[in-house]
Amino acid sequence: MSTTTTWRHKDLTSIERLTREEIETVHHYAAQFKQSLGRTQKKLPTLRGKTVINLFIEPSTRTRVAFEIAAKRLSADVTTIEEAASSLVKGESLRDTAEVIQALNADLIVMRHRSPGSADYLGKILNIPVINAGDGAHEHPTQALLDTFTMKERLGDLAGRKVTILGDILFSRVARSNIWALKKLGAHITLCGPATLIPESFRSLGCEITHNLRAALADADVVMLLRIQHERQASTHFPSLGEYKALYSLNEERASWLKPDAIIMHPGPVNRGVEIDSALADSKQSVILEQVTNGIVTRMAALFLCLTKANELNNAQAPAQS
Amino acid sequence: MSILWIKNGRVIDPANQRDAVGDVFAVDGRIVAELSAEQQQQAEVIDAGGQIVCPGLVDVHVHLREPGQTHKEDIRSGSRAAAAGGFTTIVCMPNTSPVADNSGTIERIRNSAKANSIVHLYPTGTLTVGMKGEALAPIGSLKQAKVVAVTDDGKCVQNNELMRRAVEYAHMLDLVVMDHCQDDTLTKGAAMNEGEWSMRLGLTGWPAAAEDIIIARNIVLAETTGAHIHMQHVSTKGGVELIREAKKRGIRVSGEAMPHHAFFTDEACKDYNPNFKMNPPLRTAEDREAVIQGVIDGALEIIATDHAPHTDYEKDCEFDKAPFGVIGMETALAVCLEVWHHSGFLELPALLQRMTEQPAKLVGLPAGTLSPDAVADVCIFDPNERWTVDPLKFQSKSMNCPWNGMTLRGRVKHTIRAGERIWDGEQILEPSAS
Repeated sequence: MSTTTTWRHKDLTSIERLTREEIETVHHYAAQFKQSLGRTQKKLPTLRGKTVINLFIEPSTRTRVAFEIAAKRLSADVTTIEEAASSLVKGESLRDTAEVIQALNADLIVMRHRSPGSADYLGKILNIPVINAGDGAHEHPTQALLDTFTMKERLGDLAGRKVTILGDILFSRVARSNIWALKKLGAHITLCGPATLIPESFRSLGCEITHNLRAALADADVVMLLRIQHERQASTHFPSLGEYKALYSLNEERASWLKPDAIIMHPGPVNRGVEIDSALADSKQSVILEQVTNGIVTRMAALFLCLTKANELNNAQAPAQS
Repeated sequence: MSILWIKNGRVIDPANQRDAVGDVFAVDGRIVAELSAEQQQQAEVIDAGGQIVCPGLVDVHVHLREPGQTHKEDIRSGSRAAAAGGFTTIVCMPNTSPVADNSGTIERIRNSAKANSIVHLYPTGTLTVGMKGEALAPIGSLKQAKVVAVTDDGKCVQNNELMRRAVEYAHMLDLVVMDHCQDDTLTKGAAMNEGEWSMRLGLTGWPAAAEDIIIARNIVLAETTGAHIHMQHVSTKGGVELIREAKKRGIRVSGEAMPHHAFFTDEACKDYNPNFKMNPPLRTAEDREAVIQGVIDGALEIIATDHAPHTDYEKDCEFDKAPFGVIGMETALAVCLEVWHHSGFLELPALLQRMTEQPAKLVGLPAGTLSPDAVADVCIFDPNERWTVDPLKFQSKSMNCPWNGMTLRGRVKHTIRAGERIWDGEQILEPSAS
């Protein structure tokens, strides 16, 4: 694993803006933090005295909790604000809410929000770092960082590896962030699922698109399933969950089309019996729970880099003053 | 007696095929062919050497937000923005609050215009009651209240039967129907053009098909009813082609191009800046080229701005939550010069025709020409002067302009309304009380 580390950003809002070296830097620190997980005393003093605010304007369990645990493991103080409990429901603008949080002396904001680009918007407004925990269908950078970290643990270097992403690509920030990350790390990407959920424009990112599941699984090293959102079945994108399952669900038979050492991933939450058969989700090929564990160490790395490396960078760039 | 003598400019009056260095004279607010020796001595002289002298520009698509949304703009500020942009005649859209679907609201707008507007202002009325697309507005009463066109601009009548009746009825009254072409079923939640950029940005896409389908519908309705339907703010290649073909078949349709669709593509949305969010949205490079070409070959016979003011606090938010629309009157001439003239596509007379004579003709306005006895509305500009767009200097109340900070070529030096100077290149000259 690379030992030269690079980080040039105040915020972590997208994978698109990161370089390969920066992605590897996150992985490098995640691996270091992972070693601390086995200790009896799990807490590190790294971010003692820092305050992290989780601003979650859209429901989330695992991402929110993973960020909370990550911040606490690094000894930061962490407060979570959810939409129902925020002034946003009283009509306060996002700018005003964010400026209030900054004025409360927070050192970093982790935000999940329904609006694409909202994390970039916040990053431009605020002096403190912003980490994007999912902005609409745009990006979910820490998910892609933990996914690629998990893949590298299992497969080593990802250059030339084949990754199939299966399901609802159109509405998926997880797909977009993983596509950017995997391209930068040299992997080949195939997108598979119903045509209504995979715009042809994804080819412009260098992805292959197929609607033939067997072809998509045959030579894959990784198959990444995406959650099919129940709320969309009533819309025009596909006829029913039953039909989705008939065409694209990963079951025992279809899993046999995979190479024996291929791994199965899912960002969660899993709809057992829809995207994947229940037994497969718990099989040896599945790394779904490792993803969750790695979600903590990757986010520790993200918090660490945004709160310390970004400061070093700022200090290095600041004009000399005496 | 007020006498104006504009000297030594390159006079371009497309309506009279005039393009020569010379003088323009006005007496008591009207153009005259010459001045007597005595009048010459009394005249206020403007030296237009090295500049272009053309009819005051005509914009048949602006939103002045009065009544009801005067925090964004009002007739006073909007008419001053027009003057600063070289426009002397503007047509305002009826999506005010309340909407202009009744003669009382039209009367209110006309009264305010008399008191507050420094340019000629003509109102439009709606096609349907409340712009709801459910029942015909009282188009006959609106005509009597002197609307110059009817439109549900900002919305599009989805019910084809109702649209058919609306155009038949307006046709009987000899009113042009202006349509905002948008199939709502294809644009639910859409924030920008559907394509590579909407995919990358994760924003819900607005397919070109949503516009093309309604343009095709309108062509069919214009053909079967004989009515004139004007397609507002055409932004797609398919739309331009449909209109071009329909005209070849002799169907009474017309089309309108916007400076922003001819200048930017959807890539401009990449930083989620809501000043690049409008309806219809910025499209692909191919669409942009088609709009430019449409203006060149006449498929789109007029240029208008869709000047749509919103305050900074309304626009300063998440992209998908921001309102649609950008302002454009104070930048339109320079942008059009960049897109069509400095690029070599169009000679000045052809470009100016699409900003003066053609839009005036489209809605039957007494404007857009320097013919003797015409109202002396004149725009004088330097086509080459560079200036940087500074939103703090706008006459408009709003600053939601996509050209903010950009340097453009082409500066309005004087705007003259009915023989009176109302803009001197730097500031508004308040008209004398009369």
